This record gives sequence, structure tokens and C-alpha cells, in this order.
Amino acid sequence: MDILEVKDLTVTIQGKPILKNLNFSLKEGASHILFGPNGSGKSTLIGALLGLPSYEIASGKIFFMGQDITSKSADERAKLGIVASFQNPPEIAGVKLGDLLKLFLGKTPEEDFSPEEQKLIEAFRLTSFLDRDINVGFSGGERKRSEILQLIFLKGKLLLLDEPDSGVDVESLKLIASQLQRYIEQTGSTALLITHKGDIMDYIKAKYGCILLNGAFHCFTDPVSMYRDIKNYGYEECVACRRRKTGGWNFEQRK
Amino acid sequence: MSKESELTKLPHEILKEAQQAGIEADEKARAATFFHLNQQTVQAKINEYFEGKIELLDTKTALKRYPELEQYMWKLVDRDKDEYTRKVAAGYSGGYFIRILPKAEITFPLQSCLMITERNLEQRVHNLIIAEENSNAHIITSCLQHSNVERAAHLGISEIYVKKGASLNFTMIHQWSENTFVRPRTGVEIGDHAAFVSNYVCMRPVRDMQMYPVAYCNGAEARVSFNSILYGQRNSQLDIGSKAVLNGKGSKAEMISRAIAREGAKMILRGLIEGNSPDCKGHLECRGLIMDDESFMQSIPELIARKKGVEITHEAAVGKISEKEVAYLMTRRLSRDQATSLIIRGFMDVSILGLPPALSREIKRIIEISTEAT
Repeated sequence: MDILEVKDLTVTIQGKPILKNLNFSLKEGASHILFGPNGSGKSTLIGALLGLPSYEIASGKIFFMGQDITSKSADERAKLGIVASFQNPPEIAGVKLGDLLKLFLGKTPEEDFSPEEQKLIEAFRLTSFLDRDINVGFSGGERKRSEILQLIFLKGKLLLLDEPDSGVDVESLKLIASQLQRYIEQTGSTALLITHKGDIMDYIKAKYGCILLNGAFHCFTDPVSMYRDIKNYGYEECVACRRRKTGGWNFEQRK
Repeated sequence: MSKESELTKLPHEILKEAQQAGIEADEKARAATFFHLNQQTVQAKINEYFEGKIELLDTKTALKRYPELEQYMWKLVDRDKDEYTRKVAAGYSGGYFIRILPKAEITFPLQSCLMITERNLEQRVHNLIIAEENSNAHIITSCLQHSNVERAAHLGISEIYVKKGASLNFTMIHQWSENTFVRPRTGVEIGDHAAFVSNYVCMRPVRDMQMYPVAYCNGAEARVSFNSILYGQRNSQLDIGSKAVLNGKGSKAEMISRAIAREGAKMILRGLIEGNSPDCKGHLECRGLIMDDESFMQSIPELIARKKGVEITHEAAVGKISEKEVAYLMTRRLSRDQATSLIIRGFMDVSILGLPPALSREIKRIIEISTEAT
């Protein structure tokens, strides 16, 4: 079953089209890796799926669990279960990470975290960051850890992960990715993960790999071999070669 | 003054409003309490635990008891400065005299409340604070007008002396009303190795308020900080600034302000740091958020250097709330309104005030009550 379906989606930023007539869908309960060169529109896609106001949907529709969410605002989509980790989350002065996490859990700032919640925060090595303003003075790795922890506390159904592995050291990568995989397994949630590197696939068991190139999705089943081909031949050649082999076997036509 | 608390004799609604402005009615967590209602001092009482460490009297009583205090009056504020200083010089109803005795460590804040409940009243007070050598204290002072008073004015002169090695943290909370006309006039003198922190919090509407306290860092390594959190709303006119004159060698000034203008508020935020001695340093930071097209905000930072080696900097930013921050919080399930109010509350971050935790929590509560109401 498809948890998300995108039909003929055209996304513009300040009137300029970034994605044109895009079609694709995501399988419920599966993890999808999204590859693509810089500037191919991957982050724009995530912004449009989240409903961020700066990404205008010029035409097309987005369906989540069968419901048309095209005109829904970001908070309404988040309430339905679409959540994201940002590549460059903003710094918000005076808003404490701990207070925000409590808000997600339905707690007031005066209430305490449960022992399990505390354990999870500690596992993310963020206990000493609870009283800090969100992202203010956080290192790259600390931001990513905070982003992923927030997603877990938000209990999302569809996780949109924009380069959770960029600028992250080996140990933090292992921590972030294995915690993500654990959450995905426990909850049966779906993931769409943008990455430029293959290491994260050691931990995240992804069934599908896709390439976003020239405004279209090119999707294949095995992300590990796909990543190897991208490394060896580049994005263009990888897509072209597989198209020759499979006769344009993209996600849309495979359905 | 009697040992019995006079606060409990106040009408319940007056006490309740005072509490919302930071006054502790049971006084247990306060080192001393002063209460001036309209034109009369109703309470000037020291917590017995701090007796011998603090003196607290009505200014007029203090001047009668200690005629030598006259030398401190009208020294830091010019009595001919403007029509308001002249009015207070011509006649005033009292005010507080606070003296922190040498080496006294006052672990609980002293509290003072100046309140107006009579309509058309022009409250005129003259306050005097002396922090003697090597003393350390926090003062929280709340000025408010009862919400059913239509029109009133508050003219307040404050002269503050922070002597050698002393540290004084002075937090002022203004809770006026849409019909109050307010003109405080404040001068501060800071001695060798002494530190003065002025925190100013204004969360309620006010008709017209103009103030520009001046701190003279005359001592070597004297330090001053002016921090303000201003919430301008409902056509309030706020012209608020501070001036630091760095005369002492190696003296320092820091000014931080956070201001929000909405619903037709007109706000002018000033700051002047004047470096008159070698090795003095200053920094001014002003950030303002404007929420609608009816409001107005102007930031006027001024830096003056008169000696080689003076180092004074400023950063100022006025503008709208960051759309990126709002959108980010909306992806975290907050509605646009919830996200905006969370950012505003964060923006008015009490941690810039450097208060002890208990007092910090109280100020935070005052800010939250005020922002929730709008």
C-alpha cells in the first residue's frame, strides 16, 4: 500500500519552477533512499511535502494515507504524521530544546521526562542541551541529533529525513541511524531519506532507492547497488544505464 | 514604621494586582518591603532576618532622621532638567530610601511597590538607594496603576549610589495602564570595582512613557548593564533608552534590549555609551520585532569615544518575526499562532537579565501572563 502519492506535482519558489509534473509514491512501512545531485530539488520536494509556505504548489496533488493534503498547512500535515528532520534547522533564541520536547509529549515545562524519555535523551547525548536555546551554538552533529530525537518524540508516521548524515562524525552517524532504524521497526513507520553517502545504509534497512534527476524520479529496488553505480558512473549514467537494462523501469511504471 | 505587615490591610484587588507585578504578599522570600500607595507610604518593613543589614525608610522620614543624606539628593539628576524634575523638586509625597550596609550580603531581594489607585493623580516620588562598600543586593521594584483608574501620571526621581566593591541588581517592572503618563528620571553613580545591573521590564500598555536613565561609571573597573524587555501594544508610546558614561579606567557598559511593537505601538529605543577613559569597553545590542503596519519602531544607538583605547560596539536589528522559525515550529505540530507566541516569549528571554533563579521564574511568569492575554 502507498502511504504517500504525488501526482503531477509542480513546485515553484518565488514563481520559479523547481520541480515539474513530478509523480511518485512511497510504500507504507518501507524506507526509501533518495539520491540526486546538488540542486536537483530534493530539499524542495521535502519542503513541498511538509507544506512549508515558501514552497508554492503550482499544480498537482499530494495524497497522504488516501487523503488529499495539497492545501493543508504544515501543522495540519504534522498532526497527520508527516514530520521531518531539517538539513539546516533555524536557531530560535529563548526557546529551550527541553521545553519543545515536552511540548511534543503534551507536557508542561514544569513536568519531568519519564525515565524512558530521559534514557532516550541520554542515548542521544543531549541531556546537557535541554536547557539550551534550540540550535543556538549547536555543532553540526548536535543539530542532527536534536532533529532526530525530536522526530522520535513527535511519533511521526512518515519521516522525511534531509541529509541526517551530513557533517556528522562516525559515532554520531551510528547513533542517529541505529536509533532511527529502531524507531522505524518498532512503529512500522515510513521513511524518505536524502543522502549523498552510503554509510547510513549500514544501519537503515532501506528497501528502495530512487534518484531525483532532471525533475523526475527514477526508482529502483536496491539502494545499495544503486549507490555503488552512482559512485562508479555518476547520476546521469546510472539512470540511463538502468533505463536501458530495464526499459525505463521507474517506480511509477512498476506499480 | 510598625512591625505588622500593612500589606494585608490593603484591599484584596490592589494586593492582587501588586502580586501580578512581582510583589510577594507574605514577604517571607523578601529581605524588605516598601509600599507607596498614591501619595503615602503604607509599608517600609525589613524582614527580621536582615535587620542590621538594610535600612529602609520613606525618603522624607530618612531625611529628617539623617540630615546628611541631603548631599545625595539632586546630585545625579539635575532638578532643573525639565518640567517633571522641577515639579518633583517643588513637592513630592515620599519615596523609598534604601541603604545596604557595608559588606551586607542580602540573599533575598528587597521589594518595592509604587501604586496609583486614584484617578487624575500625579504621583511624585523621590527615591534614594545607597549600596555601601562591598555590599551585595537585589532590588525588585514594581510600579503600577490600578486598572480602573482612568488617567494618572507618575513622576519618579531615583538616585542610586553603588559604592566601592558593591554589587547592586535593580529590577524594575512597570505595569501601567493605557492612560498613564510616566516620566522616571534616574541617575546612578558607580564606584571602584562596583557593579550595577538595571533590568527593566514593561509588559502592559502605557499611554506615554519616556525615560533615559544615566549611569556614571566613575570608579576604576566600574561596570554597568542595562537590560530591557519591552512589550509595546495598544497605541503605547515608549521612548526608552539608557546612557552610560565611562569615566573610570577600565570601566565597562553593556546594554541589551528586546522590544516588540504591535497594535499601533510607537517605540523609540535609545542607547548611548560614552567612553571618556582609556581601556573602557562598551557593547550595545538592540533587537526589535514589529508585528503589524500600524506600529513603529526606531533604534538609535550612539557610541562616543574620547580617548585612545576606547572599544565600543553595537548591533541593532529591527524587523518582522522570522518566517523560517515559524515554519519550522509548524512542522512540529504547532499552529501559526502557537509558533508565533512561542518565538515571542523566547525573544523576551529573561536569561538576559542575569537574575537569581527564583526571581527569574517570577519575571518569566509575568511575561507569560502578559503575552497570553493578547
